[in-house]
Amino acid sequence: MLKKLLLCSVLSAGLAACGSSDGGGDVSTDVPSATDTAVTANGRDQIKIVGSSTVYPFSTTVAENFGRSTSFKTPIVESTGSGGGLKLFCSGVGANHPDMTNASRRIKASEVKRCADNGINDIIEVKVGYDGIVLANSRKSDQFDISLRELYLALAKDIPNGNGGLKQNDNDRWSDINPSLPDTKIEILGPPPTSGTRDAFVELAMEGGCQTFDWIADMEKADKDRYKAVCHSFREDDNFIEAGENDNLIVNKLNANPNALGIFGFGFLDQNADSVQGTVIDGIVPTFENISDGSYPVSRSLFFYVKKDNIGVVPGIEEFLTEFTSERASGQDGYLAEKGLIPMKPAEHAARKASVLALETVSLN
Amino acid sequence: MPDYLLTTSPQMAKRHKRHKRFQWYGRIAIAISISFMLFMFTAIFFRGIGAFQKTMVAVDIQFTESQIDPSGVRDATSLKQANYKPILLQGLQQVIPGATERRDRNNLYKLLSNGAAFDLGARVANTPDLIGTSERVWVAASSEVDLYVKGKIDPREIPEELRRLKDQDIAWIETLRDAGQIKKKFNTAFFTNGDSRSPEMAGILSAAIGSFFSLLICFSIAFPLGILTAVYLEEYAKKSKLTDLIEVNINNLAAVPSIVFGLLGLAIFLNFFNLPRSTPLVGGMVLALMTLPTIIIASRSILRSVPQATRDAALGLGASKTQTTFHHVVPLAMPGMLTGTILGMARALGETAPLLMIGMVAFIVDVPKGVTDVATALPVQIFLWADSPEKGFVELTSAAIMVLLVFLILMNVFAVYLRKKLERRW
Repeated sequence: MLKKLLLCSVLSAGLAACGSSDGGGDVSTDVPSATDTAVTANGRDQIKIVGSSTVYPFSTTVAENFGRSTSFKTPIVESTGSGGGLKLFCSGVGANHPDMTNASRRIKASEVKRCADNGINDIIEVKVGYDGIVLANSRKSDQFDISLRELYLALAKDIPNGNGGLKQNDNDRWSDINPSLPDTKIEILGPPPTSGTRDAFVELAMEGGCQTFDWIADMEKADKDRYKAVCHSFREDDNFIEAGENDNLIVNKLNANPNALGIFGFGFLDQNADSVQGTVIDGIVPTFENISDGSYPVSRSLFFYVKKDNIGVVPGIEEFLTEFTSERASGQDGYLAEKGLIPMKPAEHAARKASVLALETVSLN
Repeated sequence: MPDYLLTTSPQMAKRHKRHKRFQWYGRIAIAISISFMLFMFTAIFFRGIGAFQKTMVAVDIQFTESQIDPSGVRDATSLKQANYKPILLQGLQQVIPGATERRDRNNLYKLLSNGAAFDLGARVANTPDLIGTSERVWVAASSEVDLYVKGKIDPREIPEELRRLKDQDIAWIETLRDAGQIKKKFNTAFFTNGDSRSPEMAGILSAAIGSFFSLLICFSIAFPLGILTAVYLEEYAKKSKLTDLIEVNINNLAAVPSIVFGLLGLAIFLNFFNLPRSTPLVGGMVLALMTLPTIIIASRSILRSVPQATRDAALGLGASKTQTTFHHVVPLAMPGMLTGTILGMARALGETAPLLMIGMVAFIVDVPKGVTDVATALPVQIFLWADSPEKGFVELTSAAIMVLLVFLILMNVFAVYLRKKLERRW
């Protein structure tokens, strides 16, 4: 019995070893420039992408089409979140670090500096398109129509008390905020603070509503910390429910509770338009067109960043950029639009495409 | 017990009632757990069963040379990358001649999966002799068509502007169905493909192979290490402050949340040893760290249950300590140790959290060929699909859960079988 077992484990260890040499062998045979020792030593023949979970569906779609329609391997796309992705991206050069990172916000100056500290000086910025963040409810109830100010009053931890100070948010029903709103309990399901969607929502919707109070808007310059505390804090009672990162779960919960509203990306509204409807914010319906032309207030740009120095080292990067910026991918009727991406207008798309294909690097000033 | 004692003493009646009541509590507890489990299993089953079938559309294809290979070279790559859209469209237009305008043609083409053209390309590249012939080919329908044919969306309930399938699309589907060109077939792609953004093309193969490689590494590290540690601690080590400390630590490690092992793996294997990210090699090592304490603890308790008489008899007959241990004690304990290992491995198979930290949460289309190829794992694949907006992934998620459950049940059954078959009683 024991002998058999020992044999077994030796065998499996051997198998593992064969497996690993197989993988290694592949790398060197597939790369045409295998003679270049720097490439084969720690080289890769497959593009590596990390970053935002919001850009992930689009990035993977392009990666799949790229892998299928060219002779390059399908790029690997990891979902790490925008911040985590940029951290990995900027941590160094070489095969162990990703070639590209997706971000649902623009790269920060501090991140550019971090990159430069680690020897990454030339970064190409590619704009993917736009994403709207919607507030939606079940089709079983009426469509909501609110302003950013009302949204802020429903969600903030502290709200203005009417004479220059703050009080704890005591709005329990929508009609407490505005009598013309329905007389139902405020129940909003949203993502947790770790999510990029939450960050963007806070920045665009909460701050937008916050700014409608002049004295809070004035505070932004005078006392930035207090301004942030006032505008960025969500209420912690049962009127706002953190529903986790899974947007499908929020959609399911909305179907189960017609009084609840949920916060998620436009892609999920687009895919579930038969069961949930977007809330009109400041008079603008969250539709493809309204987000695309910038009139819908809660929308942001999506990006990805590429290490220019890796072009030519890891095969296929330039071809991947060509595919991503092509009309059939990120154009007006491209396949990414099918997946819920809001593409750039043709003029912007063309300009962006030209600068990406010319490999222009990002400069943050 | 004489009957009168029971009936006469009120104390006794009370005790009996308590006894009965306790039994009922137990039964209710079991009934509740079973009903939870049944509820979960049936929910997963009914949601996922549909994924094992896939809607296919028959298209009569003319493999004309001028369209596929105008140069006549028959080069595999260019055959693969030729534009098959017009060929597929011509096939569809034989049944639906009305769709001639650009917009209509695009909508008609969207009834097919966007993987259909790639599948066709791969087929022609494999058998270039097809060029010049014509054939009826079954290609995958798009996920929306699939959901409609399976009755998961009811167009009558939803106004047209909210549907992804418009009235015209549905009319076309019905025309195709009447012509016998739409059929549900067994979804082989689910078992032979890697991940995809299109639900109808997505499969679990790359994730399953990734899981297999990770478990292989995990087993080859954790099993020998765990068994040797347990044997040494139980049979050789003298009881001292140090062994006490080690014992306490092992017990603590068994209770550490698995994500912590992921962080450890990130810090040590990836950042310090610079091992390749997102690979089953690192995944297996992290999982090995996680299962090691479980294996050690299980093995030690099995070794402890081997009767002292066995050791005494062997030693008495002149066997050395090592002979005693490896000829007598370890073989007797082996079935139990194996059971413990398999249960540990089953836990490792279902683990996602530590893999998050080392980059195995990734979109992997190609099937990994070795432990250093980038891979993902079954539970991670489930997690990724559950988070996808496309509706078609709902049933895929449940189907993948079913596959994972089958593997877990098989491993547990194997553990029980080993125990029953090889176990010795003292």
